Amino acid sequence: MSAQQTAAPARLPVPVPSPADLTDRLWTAVLAGDQTAAAALAVGALESGLAPEALLLDVIAPLQARIGREWAADRISVVQEHAATAVTDRVVGVLAGHPAFAPAVPARGRVTVACVDGEWHAFPARLLAEVLTLRGWRVDYLGAQCPTPHLIAHLHRTAPDALALSASLAARLPAAHAAITAAQAAGVPVIAGGAAFGADGRYAYLLGADAWAADARSAADRLAGGLPAPASPHLPVDDLPHLVDQEYTLVSRSSRQLVAAVLAALEREFPPVRNYTELQREHTLDDLGHIVEYLAVALYTGDPALFADFLAWTGEVLAARSVPDAFLAFSLRVLADELRDLPRSVAVLTAARQPSDLGSPS
Amino acid sequence: MAFPPIFPPATAGAEFLTGSPYPVAVLDPAGGLRHASPAARRLLAPPADPQHGDATAGPVPAWLRRAHLRLAGGGRTGVVRHSDPLAGTVEAHPSPQADGSVVWWFVGADGCSAVLPGTAGGGPCDWELLTRLSGLLLSSLNVDRILETAARQAALHLADAAVVVSPPRGRTLRFVSALGGGDPVHRQVRADPAEVPGLAEALRGFPPVPSRWIDPSATPDWLVPEGLGRVGSVVVTPLPGHGVPAGALVLLRGAAGGGFDADEEVFARMFAARAGAAVSAAVMYSDQASVTDLLMRELLPPRLAHLNGVDFAGGYRASVDRDRIGGDFYDVHPSAEPDGEALALLGDVSGKGLEAAVMTGKVRNTLHALLPLADDHQRVLQLLNRALLTSHHTRFASLVLASVRREGERVRVRLSAAGHPAPMVVRADGRVTPSSTLGSIVGVLPEATTRTDTVLLDPGEACVLYSDGITEARGGPTGREQFGDHRLQQALGECAGMPAEAIVERVQMLASQWIRDGRHDDMAVMVIAAPPRGHLALVGGRPGRAA
Repeated sequence: MSAQQTAAPARLPVPVPSPADLTDRLWTAVLAGDQTAAAALAVGALESGLAPEALLLDVIAPLQARIGREWAADRISVVQEHAATAVTDRVVGVLAGHPAFAPAVPARGRVTVACVDGEWHAFPARLLAEVLTLRGWRVDYLGAQCPTPHLIAHLHRTAPDALALSASLAARLPAAHAAITAAQAAGVPVIAGGAAFGADGRYAYLLGADAWAADARSAADRLAGGLPAPASPHLPVDDLPHLVDQEYTLVSRSSRQLVAAVLAALEREFPPVRNYTELQREHTLDDLGHIVEYLAVALYTGDPALFADFLAWTGEVLAARSVPDAFLAFSLRVLADELRDLPRSVAVLTAARQPSDLGSPS
Repeated sequence: MAFPPIFPPATAGAEFLTGSPYPVAVLDPAGGLRHASPAARRLLAPPADPQHGDATAGPVPAWLRRAHLRLAGGGRTGVVRHSDPLAGTVEAHPSPQADGSVVWWFVGADGCSAVLPGTAGGGPCDWELLTRLSGLLLSSLNVDRILETAARQAALHLADAAVVVSPPRGRTLRFVSALGGGDPVHRQVRADPAEVPGLAEALRGFPPVPSRWIDPSATPDWLVPEGLGRVGSVVVTPLPGHGVPAGALVLLRGAAGGGFDADEEVFARMFAARAGAAVSAAVMYSDQASVTDLLMRELLPPRLAHLNGVDFAGGYRASVDRDRIGGDFYDVHPSAEPDGEALALLGDVSGKGLEAAVMTGKVRNTLHALLPLADDHQRVLQLLNRALLTSHHTRFASLVLASVRREGERVRVRLSAAGHPAPMVVRADGRVTPSSTLGSIVGVLPEATTRTDTVLLDPGEACVLYSDGITEARGGPTGREQFGDHRLQQALGECAGMPAEAIVERVQMLASQWIRDGRHDDMAVMVIAAPPRGHLALVGGRPGRAA
């Protein structure tokens, strides 16, 4: 780590504010893109005695969570989210180069921290990497969207004591499963974390992870206790015997055709859709693509609730964009018809429609 | 020995028989037993209980001898069936040899499991265990991990303690030792392997040596894992390494543990064979990996950051996700003088994969050497063109040169394209315009020409260099549509005022989402940005990213 600050930090004559207060102030600075102010706040807190780990986990982690919340609530744009994350990332970079961020002694073992293939939300993993470094681990941080072959080659080369695997979106669960089983086969135990694995870590355990942690602090605590070497190698299908019906493969492989079929049906049924602009069409295709993607993940995990949760969330987003509720219900009906030969898919689609009783499959 | 001495031991040239998964025996032309695998000895041995047969029969049972002599006499003998009290129905398959001897293979309905080692008591020798241990050994490609696994499992299943000794390097001897049920420990000592009888030979890897019993009192202290107590018996088995010395396995039992019987020795040898294969594969893999790493380090795109008041950020994704390198490249060379121009460049060599990556290394080196001339883009491109034409490669390249200098709070960028998509300029108000620079590709025509364009960036504005892998990425709803300039422009329009690395990430993310799982070309993007007011300069600043 060779971060350094060339801009002069502002002096903070006042006593260090509470973490929540500090988060508020950082939020203002970060949203304004004012990197100097943000870094000065963070460094000031550090120099007036706030412990580095507390700064990372009690101030900056909530800040990042807030960025995500504000984006989900459509109060900031996805571009603002990117920009804000980039600013916090730089602030963490500055902090990591600060003398207060000296790693603990004695040194611990070696840990690899990586995001699942296709996962772009690297910030939680980055925070964990910094916390583990502080606690004396030798950390290899592989960053966002690490292709599984890289990850496994890295594990073979370095033989770390554990792999900390991060994923935010449930859509990444199949990729996470591939990484978990491959790492375990290479003799490396896996601790999983991030929103994708469920609030109680249910998907982490479903996919055979050796441990799960709700946040960076408990992950670091769990790693300090040591993870036992994984049991004898197993195949992904051992964890999820329902995969033998191939429904996941069939649905994910024909995703584009399914999306096209649903859009064509929407155009037939709803005249306004026929007059969509290019951009509106692309957005609709995107939304439909996500629906099929989450349907596939529900088939992969064998958990219809995963799809229902996603739909509830999508419903809100679409409502915010004033897309009629009927579109979603209709799309699900078309999907159920297209997939009528796949019993699990039909069951997932049916279960998702149950609560609001949106009609029966054709 | 568990077997009557009338059976000749497996002699030189027939050691492979001991590991045979089926019973196998070699009979000489006269019907005498020449070699036999341990399982075949069991199968052919007279039953211990005289009620079941004639205890005085010779080493080869009558049924087999009859079939053998019929075959030797020129008779046509195919498969012979025999009912064995222990193994059940056994088929004996002959394969006659040139010297008149015959190799007899015995196949039972269940694979002759009854006569194979260790099935009777399920003790330390059983096939299920061996399969499981093989799985554990073969799953890793890390030498230390495999040594740990071998020591841990051997101590758990084969003996009270196990030591896996690696071939010596210099005068230091490295080994991993484990007590039954305990965690393996890495150690190294300055010792001569010759202190342990048979160890030096076993470590040499060639010629093959049998496993060897040694006098427990002759075992040096360093070899005995702590906590084992007084040593009762020790056996040294080489790890056969397929051309690479893989080391040796030392099994130890405490004074109360007793010796190793023949079955256990056979099992230990089979275990050692698998451990040796795993270790040698891992040694070869790590040798290759370190060579690849070393060569790749020069070819990897550099990490960019803040330089003389200008923000640089770059991102790269190779066409093959397995690779980290390919035909696209970018570099930023700081100026020798503090107020001079930095030279940034981004380009694309024809082709993809490793070969293209090697070519990018040459182009990057050539451009590095041409740095003193960097204020004259035309001349740099001409010299690069000449260098590519005279090299034996038939490849060509397209690239953009950008000379960058901070002027007050603005940044001046001189852009010269050579057969490359023109960089996009992102203004503070969200306008996105392609630069007007235009030039010919390098490495094809005798002369390279270019038209240079100068762009002034206000704080928060950026210049985006990219390879056609981004705009020509196929995907989208149909899976065949190109990402296209218009989508890139639209995406960049939303990026006005963002930090350089956020723009890079945004472009990479949109392109990745566009192609999803589809095939794609190498994709490179570099952003040169004038820092916004209130900017934070940062050099490096990522936690220990792996090389």
